[in-house]
Amino acid sequence: MKSLRNFLDNIKPSFEKGKRLHFLYSTFEAFESLLFVPKTVTGGGCHVRDAIDLKRIMTVMIAALTPALLFGIWNVGFQHYLSINHEVDFWSIFGYGLGKVLPMLAVSYIVGLGVEFAVAQIRGHEVNEGFLVSGILIPMIMPPDLPLWMLALATAFAVIIGKEVFGGTGMNIFNPALLARAFVFFSYPSHISGDAIWVSGLFGSGEVVDGFSGATPLARAFAGQLPFSAMEVENMFWGFIPGSVGETSTAAILLGAALLVFTGVGSGRIMLSVAAGGYLTGMLFNLIGANDYMSIPAYQHLLMGGFAFGAAFMATDPVTSSQTKAGKWIYGFLIGAMAVTIRVLNPAYPEGMMLAILFMNVFAPLIDHCVVQLHIRRRLGRAKQAVQK
Amino acid sequence: MEKEPLFSAKNLKLLTDPLARVNPVTALVLGVCSALAVTVKLEPAVVMAISVTAVVAVSNVIMSALRSTIPNRIRIIVQLVVVSLLVILVDQILRAFAYSVSKQLSVFVGLIITNCIVMGRIEAFALGNKPLPAFIDGIGNGLGYGIILVTVSFFRELLGSGTLWGYRIIPSSFYVANGGVYENNGLVILPPMALILLGIIIWIQNYKNGRYS
Repeated sequence: MKSLRNFLDNIKPSFEKGKRLHFLYSTFEAFESLLFVPKTVTGGGCHVRDAIDLKRIMTVMIAALTPALLFGIWNVGFQHYLSINHEVDFWSIFGYGLGKVLPMLAVSYIVGLGVEFAVAQIRGHEVNEGFLVSGILIPMIMPPDLPLWMLALATAFAVIIGKEVFGGTGMNIFNPALLARAFVFFSYPSHISGDAIWVSGLFGSGEVVDGFSGATPLARAFAGQLPFSAMEVENMFWGFIPGSVGETSTAAILLGAALLVFTGVGSGRIMLSVAAGGYLTGMLFNLIGANDYMSIPAYQHLLMGGFAFGAAFMATDPVTSSQTKAGKWIYGFLIGAMAVTIRVLNPAYPEGMMLAILFMNVFAPLIDHCVVQLHIRRRLGRAKQAVQK
Repeated sequence: MEKEPLFSAKNLKLLTDPLARVNPVTALVLGVCSALAVTVKLEPAVVMAISVTAVVAVSNVIMSALRSTIPNRIRIIVQLVVVSLLVILVDQILRAFAYSVSKQLSVFVGLIITNCIVMGRIEAFALGNKPLPAFIDGIGNGLGYGIILVTVSFFRELLGSGTLWGYRIIPSSFYVANGGVYENNGLVILPPMALILLGIIIWIQNYKNGRYS
């Protein structure tokens, strides 16, 4: 450790202003921050500060994502061996999943951080931590067999067009990870929808065991193969179902969500209101009950597909969600309601969570504006009454 | 008065300025709607560019010739009559000689009349200048619009369909369906990506114009 510190201190002067390597300063600074926590804190001004800075938020987020990620890695292997009906031990299952997910993580980080470093270099900024979480989120919301070059393209698109053109971390309108998924969804629909791609190794291979379809619960509900048995609902909760890498296990996601709410990093209001929106809309469809899909128990909507993942990790993104308390309730509720509505009513999209969140990302500032204006008007009214008395 | 040569420095500037520095699409942000709509393939984009160039140039000449006889209060109506006449002419010619392209362009030929570039050039230039400069200005602006259309459609057709002008550029053996690894990008075909591509071109143009320095 000490020798590393000395090495950094030794080479530091050549990156300072006016020196030969100054143009690489932001790269150097990023590595120094990564290896050693920097001593510098925000100076000047009279802001209220606490220990939660961007670095700590990102670290907590990563910790919260870990259960879902680990389960996802295992589930990729589990689904694969289920499809070819091989009985193997835990470590070969996990190893297979690792072989699939690790390259995805690597590609997402290399491309995303590459873009971040390049942009920071061009603009003369310091590289910030914004991509650390996106880099994990992106592979977690993709199907396991997605070709890596598509992942790379989607990541680059999301970081450049979704984030950097707006001014970098904290200025983006859309959640970058979801934007990457939307890019793949609209660019290469055959690789991110249908029945063949949610289980690794199923695409175009002939060695699948009879009766295994690879369809996700959402696809089954969409095709009207309902209702789900109690066993299947249990599987949906624990996550033994095909799907995107990190989204399947509601249990693992709940663990992460609990950590986020406990540390105050993620907004519990948004999570609750998304769930409430989805649940109540599900109930509403139960009342209508025009087909099998409408009449499934409302809670099953919360277990299927990316609903839980989106509610816990995507909708709560502090940059793209509403900032006001009342605004958070509205924002979350509409996400849940819209996601379930798209699922049940729209014939083109079996899953609505991604589109619902991206859509509400656009409306979050408007919701905040209305909430603030109403608040001002209410207080102004009160003040006027007081004056009249 | 001494006769001005056809390609004097002033006239040349009228022709070349709209190609890049004051490009009607990237610098003035006019005619964006049609730039998004007809740029899926190269061929309709080129036809559209030629049509718009013809309409802008000829309507500029006509309005410039009429400019001192039109009462100011009804000039917009006169402009509309002239432009719609020309648009109908272009539409009929396309239908007669390039039917398949005119089918692809569908309503967008008719909608040239609402293209801001046409009315914009008449109002801003033709009504205050002689027919010859007005003609050159029209050609320059039409070509400036055309360059952007062709650039956007070049990328959209290449990335979205793997072809250029209908000819296959990316070999079909590269595709997943034939055992390769490549897939066409479906998003590029959709209007949002056209807007993003256009945004990137505007970004480059603004950078070259020194807006960020």
